[in-house]
Amino acid sequence: MEYIITTDKVNLFYGESQALKDISIDFLPNTVTALIGPSGCGKSTYLRLFNRMNDLIDNVKITGDITVEGENIYQKDTNIVELRRKVGMVFQKPNPFPKSIFENVAYGLRVNGVNDMSTLKEKVEFSLKQAALWDEVKDKLKKSAFELSGGQQQRLCIARALAIEPSIILMDEPASALDPISTAKIEELIYELKSKYTIVIVTHNLQQAGRVSDYTAFFYLGELIEKGVTKELFINPKNIKTQNYITGRFG
Amino acid sequence: MIISKKVIRNKNLKEKVAFNIFRVFSAIVVLSLVAILSFIIYNGISVINWNFLTQMPEDGMTKGGIYPAIIGTLCLVAGSMIFAIPIGVFSGIYINEYTKDSWYKRFIKLMTNNLAGIPSIVFGLFGMSLFVNTLGFGDSIIAGSLTLGLMVLPVVIRTTEEALKAVDNSFRHGSLALGATKLQTVRKVVLPMAFPNIITGIILSVGRVSGETAPILFTVAAYFLPKLPSSIFDQVMALPYHLYVISTSGTNVEASRPIAYGTAMVLIGFVLIVNLLANALRKYFGKKVKMN
Repeated sequence: MEYIITTDKVNLFYGESQALKDISIDFLPNTVTALIGPSGCGKSTYLRLFNRMNDLIDNVKITGDITVEGENIYQKDTNIVELRRKVGMVFQKPNPFPKSIFENVAYGLRVNGVNDMSTLKEKVEFSLKQAALWDEVKDKLKKSAFELSGGQQQRLCIARALAIEPSIILMDEPASALDPISTAKIEELIYELKSKYTIVIVTHNLQQAGRVSDYTAFFYLGELIEKGVTKELFINPKNIKTQNYITGRFG
Repeated sequence: MIISKKVIRNKNLKEKVAFNIFRVFSAIVVLSLVAILSFIIYNGISVINWNFLTQMPEDGMTKGGIYPAIIGTLCLVAGSMIFAIPIGVFSGIYINEYTKDSWYKRFIKLMTNNLAGIPSIVFGLFGMSLFVNTLGFGDSIIAGSLTLGLMVLPVVIRTTEEALKAVDNSFRHGSLALGATKLQTVRKVVLPMAFPNIITGIILSVGRVSGETAPILFTVAAYFLPKLPSSIFDQVMALPYHLYVISTSGTNVEASRPIAYGTAMVLIGFVLIVNLLANALRKYFGKKVKMN
């Protein structure tokens, strides 16, 4: 099978300090991969390579090859806007725009030139259904997104990402700011979305990684310590550091 | 017990004393404002009527109204804002959204801060030299407006910058991650959120422009001109300068006294209305941003 994302010997520097060291991981389509590791291990930085969100930080230097759908995304003429349409992202803290629920989901379409109202309506409904939020908000689409609960806001952000038909969804600790019930809903959602999207998720919650992911990669101090099928990695870690981390001895 | 009752009593006493000191000082602020306002109103209210607001000055400015000065000040406010708002807001956006932290950005900020520190009379002098003489506008609304606009530019830039800075980065990232360009992100997400605060900054600078005397002294203000301007190259009277003239060098300073207080009252009233408007607009747009 062909990989949808590949990274080959990726190094990343913030000024002088090196945040990622020689990371090589490839991702299969329609899988969920969890990136785990203690705070500051580089897993979020690694995730942000795929939609080039690291570009927003001053003084970042990246070496190595990163491809998405077969294309090197760090070329001079890479269309970053188009890349970000293909590679959606859900952030740690729900960040809906101060607009109505409808306009939040429609935003990604509007900025990409879709303004036809019937298309927008159709797409907004479809995305909200996919994000398992439609039944809760269908009667108040014109209300401000800020009136939703934290968990609903996060699912709105997922719907917003789905609306522009990405093939990959990056999730940066999407449930860390949510209560257990909302977390469970998000996890269910991830499981369902897998059939259509490739998902890469950063999480601090090992149980969550165990529940939602097919593959897991363990990062420590900017290095990739171990990667593999989630079950195997959790039951039978090959590296002592991985073992120590997943048994709670550090991190 | 380690903590003695005396210490606690002492603490409470100090708390009370400190509180009362703060209270007295803030009362001084309020009282002096009230004193100034009531002084002006007490002395000026007798001349305020419809005719005062809508008629030309008469009898060597000892009688009649201040209509041309009101219109002149409105012209100058409008003119300076037409100049300062686009330049100031766009510069603010550029500084906060587009420049990375570099020597260039620091240089622009240093310059803006220095611009804000220049005394207004120096702006007047500069305006006279550049707009009135070199560019040949003469004493005119356009020369005065440009001078005033230049003076409040730093205020507009700074408030725009601060307003944009107050918008959390997570909103920018959310928008960019959806494939929006930087321009779309600024226009559709960041600016609407910063708008209420930008409006406040702009309106405060309106207050400043309407009250400044020094910058218009050499660039536009007429001593006595009992007619309305017909083009932007005309001179006008203006409220603060009129106040200065009839208080110090009018034909009969004593006889003009009530008119001076009346003029002051109109000026204060104008600034007050502008500030209330700023508040109302901020609330209105603040709500609109959320509901949109």
